[in-house]
Amino acid sequence: MSATTVLPAIGVAMGLAVVLGAALGWAATRLRPDAGRLVESIDALLPQTQCGQCRYPGCRPYAEAIARGDADIDQCPPGGENTVHALAALLGRDPKPPDPAFGATKPRLVAVIDETRCIGCALCLPACPVDAIVGAQRFMHTVIEQQCTGCELCLPPCPVDCIELRPPLASDTARGRRAA
Amino acid sequence: MAPRSTFPPGLELEARKAAPMRQPLRAAPVPPLLVVALDQGSGDAAQPLVTAGARVRIGTPVGRAVGETSVAVHSPVAGVVRGVETRPVPGSAGEGACVVIENDGSDEIEPGCASIDWPTLPPQELLARIRRAGIAGLGGAAFPAYAKLAAARERSATHLVLNGAECEPWICCDDALMRERAADVVLGAQVLLHACGAAKCTIAVEDDKPEAIAAIEVALAAAADPRIELATLRAVYPTGAERQLLAAVTGLEVPHDALPPAVGVMCQNVGTAAAAARLVRTGQPITGRIVTVTGSGVRQPANLDARLGTPIADLIAACGGYDSEPLRLIAGGSMTGRALATDAVPLTQAVNCVVVATAADLVARGREMPCIRCGDCATVCPPGLLPQSLLRAITAGDDAEVARHGLADCIECGCCDYVCPSRIPLTARFRSAREARKVRLDERQRAAAARERFLRHEQRLAAMAEADRQAFEAARSRARGEREG
Repeated sequence: MSATTVLPAIGVAMGLAVVLGAALGWAATRLRPDAGRLVESIDALLPQTQCGQCRYPGCRPYAEAIARGDADIDQCPPGGENTVHALAALLGRDPKPPDPAFGATKPRLVAVIDETRCIGCALCLPACPVDAIVGAQRFMHTVIEQQCTGCELCLPPCPVDCIELRPPLASDTARGRRAA
Repeated sequence: MAPRSTFPPGLELEARKAAPMRQPLRAAPVPPLLVVALDQGSGDAAQPLVTAGARVRIGTPVGRAVGETSVAVHSPVAGVVRGVETRPVPGSAGEGACVVIENDGSDEIEPGCASIDWPTLPPQELLARIRRAGIAGLGGAAFPAYAKLAAARERSATHLVLNGAECEPWICCDDALMRERAADVVLGAQVLLHACGAAKCTIAVEDDKPEAIAAIEVALAAAADPRIELATLRAVYPTGAERQLLAAVTGLEVPHDALPPAVGVMCQNVGTAAAAARLVRTGQPITGRIVTVTGSGVRQPANLDARLGTPIADLIAACGGYDSEPLRLIAGGSMTGRALATDAVPLTQAVNCVVVATAADLVARGREMPCIRCGDCATVCPPGLLPQSLLRAITAGDDAEVARHGLADCIECGCCDYVCPSRIPLTARFRSAREARKVRLDERQRAAAARERFLRHEQRLAAMAEADRQAFEAARSRARGEREG
């Protein structure tokens, strides 16, 4: 085999390698999946309890941590197995059971303020991440049941321990039971 | 998949209506304690208007309608409210808020109820009266009657069809109503025509009810209203389903993603029409309905005119009580009804029939076996779906495929179950898939709202911290200025 037949073939192969390499290099920088959009799609799968059991201050910070690669996908107890599966499918990873170190998966509960014991201190108002508590200083507070995510973050600040978690009222539990 | 142009499929089922029809329609005794469900069957509950200790009379409002799909609820009896309690109810929720009323036996009527001079009333006013009267569709779905009528008026529907088909094998409350109160049905037709603005009305009855047809003919002759006609239909299940009935009567197919007024028609149950007639005659809101109590497990099957809120146990007692240990209690018919967990559930506007089923009534279902793709279900499906493919999509959890196969268009008639040689409970699967989907959507909506509020909360806290910091800086520089100056 003479050099005249081999050299053009090598030339073509090298040319292709250079062109494709350049294209891939360009794609890697310019077409990188938008980090913001990835955070959005992760956040959309999280239950929005904003409970912080994942050790991040809310669902969005947790989504950002997953996108950065700092957090694993098994740290969300309220989301449970369904959320891990959805995250695994989105990120192309293997699903795994939720890590019990972050807490147990429970049915949805809502906070209820015992209004006879509430002293109107307003400490629970800023603690509620989803603004589900209405009230003002020296006035009685109450929880809007439909908006409460059951995150339990209002329990520690209450000086008289008048908040407890209960299953939501009839209509809501009935829906839950229908799903089961 | 080519859509069918009309409604030929369905099943010819053996009717089981003879036993209750041997007894005349009679009023059920009013029990000492009534449990009035705030959700009369449409799926959304009214807001309670009374608390424990309140005095109520027949027709006193006890629940306020919220939104478009709940109806106003009135006391069906005079007495004292014991409280608003969570109790078992016949709907899919299993339990719900109910106003529990102790009957004082006086049957005093709320003052101010007077007959309505409806022909002179503007239609909007008449619609408002129907809304306030809390009348829901009495055919079983309990969708608020006024909402359907108002939609028909808005879209200028021209043809009102009154549904007296009653195709379910066990139910015969409409048959009893048409036999004994045909004049009310025709008067109701006139009232509904006035309310919805349609030009003509067809009362549709299946041909297995000759007495009802004769009674309606007599009432029509007496009313001499050229706008109202009678149509007899061949008895095929499920002719009484809304879209199937409209196709059979008018030849029009309602698009799967639209409601009947889109093609200029609308459908109401004959019982709903009779309730509207009662409203204009007496001015009273709806406080009762006719219900069929039947099945081999009850001594004397009959049709009863009962107050809403009467526990099913009292209705069964009024029919001679249980004959033998019932295997299953079903609210609604054998094809579309729901099994009841207890006979403590009260009568609601949605309950047209209670079947006390024994082993003699129930066909042993046998063990469920794998689908063999025979396609029998697709040949009987009235809306023309492919139940076997739909089931496969549901099992696979493929939401897009489920939607493509028309889960939303399933009318839950049970025909596919009935013919399935593998005894797959298809309708139950479709029903639970639908409910699970609704729960998922609810959850997703709640999560989206929580996300929005969390973002606002974070922004607000950040703004407050920033304002604090600036105030502190300002105070510090002021203090420094004073010290130096």
